[in-house]
Amino acid sequence: MSAGRVTPVGSFLATFMVTDMNKTRTSGRTIGGLRTLSLQAPAVSLLFLWMIVPLAMTVWFSLQRYNLLMPGMTGFAGLENYEYLFTDPALWSAMGTTLLMVGWVLVITVVGGTLLAVLFQQDFMGRGIARVLAISPFFVMPTVSALVWKNMMMHPANGVLSWVAESLGLPAVDWFSSLPLTSIIIIVAWQWLPFALLILLTAMQSLDEDQVEAARMDGAGPIAIFFFITLPHLKRAISVVIMIEMIFLLTIFAEIFVTTSGGPGLATTNLAYLIYIRALLDFDVGMASAGGVVAIILANIVAIFLVRMVAKNLEN
Amino acid sequence: MTTARTHSVSGASASPVKRSPLASTLLNRRLWLGVLGWTLALMIFFPIFWMVLTGFKTEADAIADPSLIFSPTLENYAEVQSRAGYAKFAFNSVVVAFGSTLLALLIAIPAAYSMAFLPTKRTKGTLLWMLSTKMLPPVGVLVPIYLLFRDVGLLDTRTGLVIVYTLMNLPIVVWMLYTFFKDMPKDILEAGRMDGAGTLQEVIYLLLPLTLPGIASTGLLAVILSWNEAFWSLNLTSSQAAPLTAYIASFSSPEGLFWAKLSAASTMAIAPIIVFGWLTQKQMVRGLTFGAVK
Repeated sequence: MSAGRVTPVGSFLATFMVTDMNKTRTSGRTIGGLRTLSLQAPAVSLLFLWMIVPLAMTVWFSLQRYNLLMPGMTGFAGLENYEYLFTDPALWSAMGTTLLMVGWVLVITVVGGTLLAVLFQQDFMGRGIARVLAISPFFVMPTVSALVWKNMMMHPANGVLSWVAESLGLPAVDWFSSLPLTSIIIIVAWQWLPFALLILLTAMQSLDEDQVEAARMDGAGPIAIFFFITLPHLKRAISVVIMIEMIFLLTIFAEIFVTTSGGPGLATTNLAYLIYIRALLDFDVGMASAGGVVAIILANIVAIFLVRMVAKNLEN
Repeated sequence: MTTARTHSVSGASASPVKRSPLASTLLNRRLWLGVLGWTLALMIFFPIFWMVLTGFKTEADAIADPSLIFSPTLENYAEVQSRAGYAKFAFNSVVVAFGSTLLALLIAIPAAYSMAFLPTKRTKGTLLWMLSTKMLPPVGVLVPIYLLFRDVGLLDTRTGLVIVYTLMNLPIVVWMLYTFFKDMPKDILEAGRMDGAGTLQEVIYLLLPLTLPGIASTGLLAVILSWNEAFWSLNLTSSQAAPLTAYIASFSSPEGLFWAKLSAASTMAIAPIIVFGWLTQKQMVRGLTFGAVK
């Protein structure tokens, strides 16, 4: 089995092979095999439990009639939960919201991050400090960034943004009531732009300066250099950024929790927040688990590509 | 565009006569890039700067028209410390972040050691499988974890959070350590073995000291990730074990004037971690991208 074909879905198989290989000992060193087993066992078995137990439980619960508020109503439900889930307009609205959030944040952070990485690669005074400042938001805990933006930046009366708008003679915007989804997207993009920048800046370091110089000699302008040398060089790093962000952005939670609580209405309820509502507010374990299974499947679709890419990289 | 061309032309001919206008265009270019770079950097950093500033204002100043001129006060810091029990939440954060990091390192070092120095055919598969456990969205397993924790009494305990964070960070920690261990020349370990060092001695006297910078930055990344984690902390804790992420979230339903206090509490909550982040930004990329970008 080539490593490139290991996918999250097929990953249980890989685990069993890990144990198996220690018996068959492909390396031919008994001590090595034994040592491998004992050294890796804690990490592998703990992670395996952490993955398989909750996963199995989620799938199991999703097939059960199980509501903490109705202790009498239990039993096998078959696909009933899924039926309710997929006919619930809230799910489709949450899916749409998730898609919009992920999509817009990706566009802003990847385009912005690439341009910023190119800019911060140029030589200027105090570049190191400017870089550090621009990367900082990534290290701010999500609850802090959400509340700082909600109160100090986007407050309709006393926020900095409304003050700026008024100074320019524009009407102040009541961000969270008139543009709730946009507001959340701005906050999340602010947190993840530095992530994209950090990764892409690192990737820029390995850009061949001689190649750029040669292109310049041949009369290529900065725009041509960007599109024909820089961008192709960054292609791989950009796809890594996109995939990692997708996995995290699919389940944005804290930013919604402390600002809009999913509202007004369902305007900012994404899949993660919907599952939270069903589970910890409605106590409908069965339904929430069905939602969980959907989230897991969605994340896995992205994950397969990411794992393949990392696997390819590991082979070199 | 013109600047680039001037640059290339001069690079080819390099006549002393052309030097001076070229130098000035280059200087100009550098200046404008600097202005642009700094403007954007400051704009991105502005919310953090503003938050720190607001922490030193009175509540009345905090909601007044934005101004850089005000009489600074430490009263918010004093109040947050004394009234809100900030210390308890900070303590929870420290225990949970450092506890889970130490535990993850302890479990990951032997695993990463064997993967880097005793690789078998399955090592790659194991590494990738570990990575794949990171892809399980937390919200997908919220229900079972919540119910399990409720049943065994781990809800709202620091132990519970330490367990979750250890497992959450374990794949990243193993990966990062693995890449650092792999970068180490094998000959040194070989030499140690020749001199009769056992595995344990080899690890303690050779591997750990030599890869300490790598281990330290791995640990720092794990601390940062645990410190800022806000899905499990919001869902699994309430009053007793709540770390700073959950404490700050309690400011979301405010009564009366609170911006300055929120800012003071937030500044204290993020300051140490931002510094950690600055220190490890380079090595962090390895951990965050599973070695796919170096």
